[in-house]
Amino acid sequence: MDDLYRDYILDHYKHPRNFGELEPHDLEALEHNPLCGDELAVQIRVQDGRIEDLRFQGHGCAISQAAASIASEELKGMALAEVGELGADWMIELLGIPVSATRRKCALLNLKVVRGAVTGDHAWPA
Amino acid sequence: MPPVAEKNVFEGSPSGALAGVRSDFPIFARKFGGSDSRPPSPLIYLDSAATTQKPRVVIDALAEHLRDHNANVHRGVYELAQEADAAFEGARARIAAFAGARRQVTIFTKNTTEAINLVAYSWGRANVGPGDAVLITQMEHHANIVPWQVLCRERGAILRYLDVDEQGELSLDALDAELARGDVRLVAFAHVSNVLGTINPVAEMLARARAAGARTLIDGAQAIPHMAVEVDALDADFYAWSGHKALGPTGIGVLHGRRELLEEMPPFLTGGDMIASVDFQSATWNELPYKFEAGTPPVAEAVGLGAAVAYLQALGMERVREHERTLTAYMLERLAEVPGLRVVGPASAERRGGLASFTIDGIHPHDVAELVARAGVCIRAGHHCAQPLMRCLGVGATARASVGVYNDRADVDALVDALLAGREVFGL
Repeated sequence: MDDLYRDYILDHYKHPRNFGELEPHDLEALEHNPLCGDELAVQIRVQDGRIEDLRFQGHGCAISQAAASIASEELKGMALAEVGELGADWMIELLGIPVSATRRKCALLNLKVVRGAVTGDHAWPA
Repeated sequence: MPPVAEKNVFEGSPSGALAGVRSDFPIFARKFGGSDSRPPSPLIYLDSAATTQKPRVVIDALAEHLRDHNANVHRGVYELAQEADAAFEGARARIAAFAGARRQVTIFTKNTTEAINLVAYSWGRANVGPGDAVLITQMEHHANIVPWQVLCRERGAILRYLDVDEQGELSLDALDAELARGDVRLVAFAHVSNVLGTINPVAEMLARARAAGARTLIDGAQAIPHMAVEVDALDADFYAWSGHKALGPTGIGVLHGRRELLEEMPPFLTGGDMIASVDFQSATWNELPYKFEAGTPPVAEAVGLGAAVAYLQALGMERVREHERTLTAYMLERLAEVPGLRVVGPASAERRGGLASFTIDGIHPHDVAELVARAGVCIRAGHHCAQPLMRCLGVGATARASVGVYNDRADVDALVDALLAGREVFGL
């Protein structure tokens, strides 16, 4: 089996969960990966201080699209305060594949855009 | 600098190789990767448009200079300093002759980007004003876009773009129409596109711009190392290129300029070496080319680049071009075998430099590059510092394979095999 392009990664890439538009939404953000020009946007609906629902939109490689898809399932229902605390390790562990230094930003773009929407912090997750 | 022997190169060899060239590049003796499931692989380098590998003569010239001839230039009276001067100015003369330009108008910069910035800051700020236009093309590298954006914003000028058509070509009629508007002060364009590979009709474009009274700048980063270029004969006002894409070291680029313009232009960077004399409140400028070379220049890098152009000259630039043209034709032919693969830019290798950018349905270019890297094949993926062009092509990114003097058909075969295997990984 392929180390990186595992079946579940390719499944999320080809059939991304929670992609599209979300109306109405309370929060949104758009981020770019300057390395490759890929972009990813998110729209989030909030209820009682938690992410009630969210949708991603954009284009990117298998790693960035699968990461967004996998993260979206975990982020639903999460408290906004908790989202602000999420770091790079959370995403890399969730993805479950060895991510090389050059592909790290691919994996983290979705967390960057979600944190940007929720906290206004547009730094790359550390 | 060690003399470079005339190479015995066999034309039209079945392997598509320039005979004996690969063994001149020590890096090809290295093995890469290797794991339980995969043996280590030799370097299959198809990323020469990003930077070329270095022949032994360049590595040796750099090391020899630093070991035996190192001193600062233009100042010392001792023997070692005179050796350094001779090496540096000898390299300049060799590099100027290689590009068909005169020594006094061959200015060393850091790279092509700095050469273009030099023109934008020095010539641009003195000659482009409110209502003037700078004309570039949709196929430019960011290095030939952003300096003009900044200049135009600062000076109240307008930045306009020549369209790229479906075949990845510029239209001379469109250029005529733009020039007829009467406001174009400068036309700046790539000799060869780093994404499309298009070889632009440089002589025709320059003639039209000249007739309209516009100044011209050519970004020659993808042209100089791959074909014979005679800068003087082209008669562009400015011609910029990079050493590291021409088998030389990083940290050195070249700007050739028209003498009368360079004489009039104010300095770009100021400081040591570029002055004639300095008073408490003012200074006067050194003669060309030193007026544009503030501070200690890249001495060892110049020596290395001098060795690189001597190596290229020994190969013969006509042969280099013929080698890359036939290899690119082979690459286009083989890439067509990959289902879902689309090449951007001119269909014919005659119209192309040694590169092909492409997309594959169902696999993002980054994944394409990652998949072939496992087979030891080095290609580039991304926007190639040409985001406006990516927008015109309607893609976010492409994968790009580019060839150099050391490549042969086996490298292209390895790429195609890796692409076919990559499609299987993705279940295509």
